[in-house]
Amino acid sequence: MTTTAPPPTAPPQKTRTVTRPGDRIFSGLSRGSGIFLLVVMAAIAIFLTYRAVQAISKDHGNFLTTFEWNASLNPPVFGVAVLAYGTVVSSIIAMLIAVPIAVGIALFITHYAPRRLGGPIAYVIDLLAAVPSIVYGLWGALFLVPHLRGLNLWLDKYFGWTYIFHKQDPNSAPRSLFTVGILLAIMILPIITNVSREVIRQVPRMHEEAALALGATRWEVIRLSVLPFARSGIISASMLGLGRALGETMAVATVLSASPQLSGHILDPLGGTFSQNIVAKFGEADEFGRDALIASGLVLFIITLLVNGAARIIIQRRKEYSGANA
Amino acid sequence: MSDVVNDAQPLSGAPAPSRLATARLPRWAPLGIAVGAIVVGFGVGAAAGWKSHIQWGLLALFLFVAGSYAITARVEGRRQAKDRVATSLIWASFILAVIPLYSLVQTTISKGSKALDGTFLTHSMNNVLTIQPGGGVYHAIIGTLEQVAIATAIAAPIGILTAIYLVEYGVGRLARWVTFFVDVMTGVPSIVAGLFILSVWFEATGQAPHEGFAGSLALTILMLPVVVRSTEEMLKLVPNELREASLALGVPKWRTITKVVIPTAVGGITTGVMLAVARIAGESAPIALLVFGSDVINNNPFQGPQSSLPYYIYQQYTNGNDPSYNRAWSAALVLIAFVMILNALARAIARWKAPKTGR
Amino acid sequence: MAKRIDVSGLSAYYGTFRAIDDISMTIEPRSVTAFIGPSGCGKSTFLRTLNRMHEVVPGARVEGKVLLDDENLYGSGVDPVSVRRTVGMVFQRPNPFPTMSIYDNVAAGLRLNGIRKKGELDSIVEKSLKGANLWNEVKDRLNKPGSGLSGGQQQRLCIARAIAVEPQVLLMDEPCSALDPISTLAIEDLIGELKTQFTIVIVTHNMQQAARVSDRTAFFNLAAVGQPGKLIEIDETERIFSNPTVQATEDYISGRFG
Repeated sequence: MTTTAPPPTAPPQKTRTVTRPGDRIFSGLSRGSGIFLLVVMAAIAIFLTYRAVQAISKDHGNFLTTFEWNASLNPPVFGVAVLAYGTVVSSIIAMLIAVPIAVGIALFITHYAPRRLGGPIAYVIDLLAAVPSIVYGLWGALFLVPHLRGLNLWLDKYFGWTYIFHKQDPNSAPRSLFTVGILLAIMILPIITNVSREVIRQVPRMHEEAALALGATRWEVIRLSVLPFARSGIISASMLGLGRALGETMAVATVLSASPQLSGHILDPLGGTFSQNIVAKFGEADEFGRDALIASGLVLFIITLLVNGAARIIIQRRKEYSGANA
Repeated sequence: MSDVVNDAQPLSGAPAPSRLATARLPRWAPLGIAVGAIVVGFGVGAAAGWKSHIQWGLLALFLFVAGSYAITARVEGRRQAKDRVATSLIWASFILAVIPLYSLVQTTISKGSKALDGTFLTHSMNNVLTIQPGGGVYHAIIGTLEQVAIATAIAAPIGILTAIYLVEYGVGRLARWVTFFVDVMTGVPSIVAGLFILSVWFEATGQAPHEGFAGSLALTILMLPVVVRSTEEMLKLVPNELREASLALGVPKWRTITKVVIPTAVGGITTGVMLAVARIAGESAPIALLVFGSDVINNNPFQGPQSSLPYYIYQQYTNGNDPSYNRAWSAALVLIAFVMILNALARAIARWKAPKTGR
Repeated sequence: MAKRIDVSGLSAYYGTFRAIDDISMTIEPRSVTAFIGPSGCGKSTFLRTLNRMHEVVPGARVEGKVLLDDENLYGSGVDPVSVRRTVGMVFQRPNPFPTMSIYDNVAAGLRLNGIRKKGELDSIVEKSLKGANLWNEVKDRLNKPGSGLSGGQQQRLCIARAIAVEPQVLLMDEPCSALDPISTLAIEDLIGELKTQFTIVIVTHNMQQAARVSDRTAFFNLAAVGQPGKLIEIDETERIFSNPTVQATEDYISGRFG
């Protein structure tokens, strides 16, 4: 868990007394690094916007609502509607699957697993968080996709009436947003689990004992003491996972069979995401085409900024309310 | 919230004799219910001729949860039943998560070890047709090592200095902004970092980059916030008494930081940097945009296209034939091994150098 | 409502370490029994064996019998959850649920037991808060978080939460050690009122407090650090403080050690 609170150890004096050259150089260097970081962030925003504006100004479609991506046409027509839809839908599926399971595993490690098992399991999940995304992508495309065919057919057969799970062509490969969502869920599971576990571990013992002493069962202890205390941390963990899912490139690029269509049937092999589209279209794009892709990257950048910002506000609010008095 | 429970005491009114000894299920009950659920689930599955074994498992799981709720509710009461359902759901979520993660590791190892041999590690893809077996990852390993090394050489000092600024000097608005933007930077998707370097390159040189160095710059952006965060955490763990003790001896602040604070936290800082290295070593998206990939050995990261391990995996995957898939799996195994060794080393250092005063 | 506790041959362990050794005593109903003794003598551990909170610590276990009237808390088939509902506990540091309002804190145990009707909850919450001498201070802000109260108020809130479920016994583990003298006085007054309804057991470091609030006092001691704690003697508080039978008790009370 990272905190944004000012570091408690910073000595607050700002003296006007004599400073030694060594001090001046060193503090200058470290402050310079901080400023450099700000400059980089500003540069990212400025450069992306600048190139994006050049592309969007020549776009003959509506950049936000056009479905297709044909930057090489004359005049060029491209828009992010399908990409935004695909990115959001696959991330939502991933979150719906990953968050409950991740919280479950975190609780398993902290409260349910035999004590000797908890540590090693936590360690293994730590390591899994470090597996590169391209490896997940390879596994997803070559192992998960064929193995999900049965589940796809089953969902279509019994839940096709929900519209969402209707599959237009039952024989098409399950390279769909749904599969992408499952793969993303598996990918972000370790990170959400790890952060939630840390937060749950920080729940003071005395809160749990308070519930126990009232005669609460183990589940009631979790519901009364653990989850309320850990909620903001779990939200921030989930947002962290969401940020990853939104920006994930390679795992999506290997699994999804992209097409510029917007479909409510999540089992159909249709759709695309921002980053998948960038990687897929990049090779054949000329300089203008790349600017168009940069424009779509800017939208992704803004979305992730908003998600992160929202997470931070939620956490801040929760902190004020819970006002942990311990 | 639970509803009215049969074994709850009346809480107001006449005192009732307490019943401490309530009916309880024997210890083997969960196991018994699980076995029963599996037998029935698989039996029904086999009888109905369901093809997918996953369906059998799902039915068994459902029967287990429903069965343990019903039986416990009957014998021990509703609250205990809820507790038991929560327990079985939490166990189920653990098992559910282990299956894909185990499969990932198992598949990578079994498929990856096929093409993995000395030749694979010491040869490039030069003059190897993609449909042929053979060839190797040497060029990709070189590319990854060089790009990651350059990124680390830039990101580690800047990141550590920024963290020092935040912990040791940071007060006021600038520090708050830096803290905030470090958080924001953590959330920048790798592809966006790649696009940023791309647009800078366009502006600066008028053409697209294809050299390892451009990739390194993108990796630097991804690495910076990770290094800042972990270093910050480590510096905060250094007790204030140490700083004060040193300052009280008349040691200038910068000497205090370099001679007292950093040596105390050096283990944790190293761990953080290594974990950051492990993370960026697996990044492929910016490499795909900036470095372009190559089949031949290129030792110069500042000129000409290079490859990298993650990008090599992607390339082999897109070739779409069995020899290429085998190479992709082997490269994935190499990459995982590299990342895992870094992780294990980092953790070993953290344990070995951990400041005794920490949490 | 209040029940007698009969402890016989009770030892408690943390892993292989024996924290308390072979303790037997009787705790009278509707009275206050105080446990005193030097740090590490096992009085808190012993207290936690009386509602089976001891075994919450990983690796901890208990041998011996604790009879509540005639039922053994450690008998086979006894659910620790129902034990803890019967034997309430107040902790060293006030620990109201931080995310809950004052009302919800008091109602938490009732809701666990399936009381959901608003009217019934309202009346028990009011009764419990009055019982804890807190009603007048919080009746206008029942929906504010419990963590916004002062330390002494929080502790009384915890007492209200504990008595809301009408336990037979109320255990208090140094309930005043984190409080200022005025809050301490309020709690001590409260203990005096509560003993008409409950069997109260209180662990305290403060001998004046034991002398002030308790009817009977038990003195615990340990031979040396690393040795298990033992019950030295238990008697009427007056006798313990004026004329103890064991020399160690007198030494401790007169401040000659500990």
